[in-house]
Amino acid sequence: MTVTADGPDAPAEAPEPLPPWGPWRAGLAILRRDLFVTAREFPIFLAQVTLQPLFLLFVFGKVLTELGYARPGYEQVLFPGLVALAAVLTGLQSTALPLVIEFSYSNEIEDRLLAPLPIGAVAVEKVVFAAMRAFIAAAVMFPLGIWILGSIPWQADTLAAVFAMTVLGCLLGAAMGLILGTYVPPNRINVTFALVLTPLIFTGSSQYPWPSLGKLRWFQVVSACNPMTYVSEGLRGLMAPSVPHIQTWLCFVVAVVALLGLMVLGMVGFIRRALG
Amino acid sequence: MSGGGGQRTDGGDAERHPSTGRPAAVEVAGLAKRYPKAPVDSLAGVSFRVEDGEVFGFLGPNGAGKSTTIGILTTRIRPTRGTARVAGVDVVSDPVGARRVLGVVPQQNNLDRSLSVRQNLLFHASYHGVPADRRARRADALLEQFGLADRPDGRPDDFSGGQIQRMMIARALMHAPSVLFLDEPSTGLDPAARLFLWEKVAELRGAGTTVVITTHDMEEAATLSDRVAIIDHGTLLALDTPAALVHGMAGERTLDCSVEAGEGAAGDGLLAAIGALPGVTETERLDDPAVNGWRVRIHVEGEPAPFVAPVARAVGDAGARLTDVRLGEPNLEDVFIHLTGRALR
Repeated sequence: MTVTADGPDAPAEAPEPLPPWGPWRAGLAILRRDLFVTAREFPIFLAQVTLQPLFLLFVFGKVLTELGYARPGYEQVLFPGLVALAAVLTGLQSTALPLVIEFSYSNEIEDRLLAPLPIGAVAVEKVVFAAMRAFIAAAVMFPLGIWILGSIPWQADTLAAVFAMTVLGCLLGAAMGLILGTYVPPNRINVTFALVLTPLIFTGSSQYPWPSLGKLRWFQVVSACNPMTYVSEGLRGLMAPSVPHIQTWLCFVVAVVALLGLMVLGMVGFIRRALG
Repeated sequence: MSGGGGQRTDGGDAERHPSTGRPAAVEVAGLAKRYPKAPVDSLAGVSFRVEDGEVFGFLGPNGAGKSTTIGILTTRIRPTRGTARVAGVDVVSDPVGARRVLGVVPQQNNLDRSLSVRQNLLFHASYHGVPADRRARRADALLEQFGLADRPDGRPDDFSGGQIQRMMIARALMHAPSVLFLDEPSTGLDPAARLFLWEKVAELRGAGTTVVITTHDMEEAATLSDRVAIIDHGTLLALDTPAALVHGMAGERTLDCSVEAGEGAAGDGLLAAIGALPGVTETERLDDPAVNGWRVRIHVEGEPAPFVAPVARAVGDAGARLTDVRLGEPNLEDVFIHLTGRALR
């Protein structure tokens, strides 16, 4: 071993200059930390994100259909909706809960806010990472669907669009979580989750096709206000075009606009929380 | 997301040291902060300079503006007015660049609980772009230096307050910052952990690291700092070496007297009587009249001992009784009381 300045006294030496370092790379380093922690607990993570959709698939898609309470073919309606549900919900939970904890109880986020990258980039990293988790949750739905339902609706020529719409759903959910996680005070998060999550799950057109709601006009209007509706409807149009659905291009446009709006709002909330 | 991140953007107007050519470690001018809806400024136009390699102490009670100042210097709080530079980098116009050259040890534990001690250090360095090979070497050296080498794989939750504090310092040093900010580092530490911390700060100073430390502990400020800034109500009241601050005190020498007030002993009259003695420059009451009497601090010229008899006589004449006398050299606490009119705690 050569004698260098790197004995126990090394930290006492004059600071060595660091190589050039862009904010992009700091952001990637933070993402790497999140992936590292998730990878270590991957089985727990999978159980966490698949259990709810699994039961929804089984009870609504299998049990009710076999007992004759749901018409055959209901799974055509249900499956794309549940993919959307898994994407949006997992995205939301993957940003909202950690942010609430990190901003109040653990302060863990401080070390990242003090890293050499813009504060807003830390929020973007949170959303990207949450969307990655959400995408895994949504992707897992496909083998689960084949296993439980026997077959799932799909079209070979729309696979790329299905992928894009799913990613949009993941990002949408993560952006909603960014808003919840930064605007809601920590002592209110339980109440907020109950008040937000349940309506979000049941007005997002994941269990019913939106155009068939003509007889329940008020509920149709409520559902139209939930951005998740456009993910459910978009996926339905792409995977099971014979089911009535909102036009796919419209779904993409509304989802993108909603994502941009939610991101702006979420970033403002995040920066406000992060800066005094 | 580009620009501003990479290089030290030494501002053109940052004043440089005449011999080293390096900018001041910290340079603050007219810095002020008013929080939304607050009636007054939390920081009311503060200016000071911290030289390279100095340990600079910020002394003041809670709410004096210490943490606001540190918050601004570490890019976490935006100032309302004024400028602040750390190692020549403007913290307002280039916060990303500033974060590269400063290290922060906060008051509260903010370690990553999902990571081990060593991983906390390694990931912090990776956020700051320390190359992978250098990261590992540096982490091991710092764990050793801060007495944490025996449990590098433990989770932060399993360590004591003193060890957590040391982990946060080690983590902050991973990217070799030009200036290290320690915010109330010994709050909540037991005496042994506090001494260990002081030793480490002294070591850092010996190695030439600039340290800015906030405290409401007089002894800590006096022991660690090359210079101390006394701050209260958002205003800088004094700034000098601990010795010079104490030396500049009115009267310089003191008698601390405990007085048991008898029937009808008028308090203000008593203070006036003592104050009228030749050689007495100032008298002050240290706490409110209590059941057992008062504490009075008497500032005198020259040696305090010859004043004991005249003071006792004056007390007796006022119908009170002298129960205790302590002759004192002034310390930072006296400086603080002198400047603010009240004790720190």
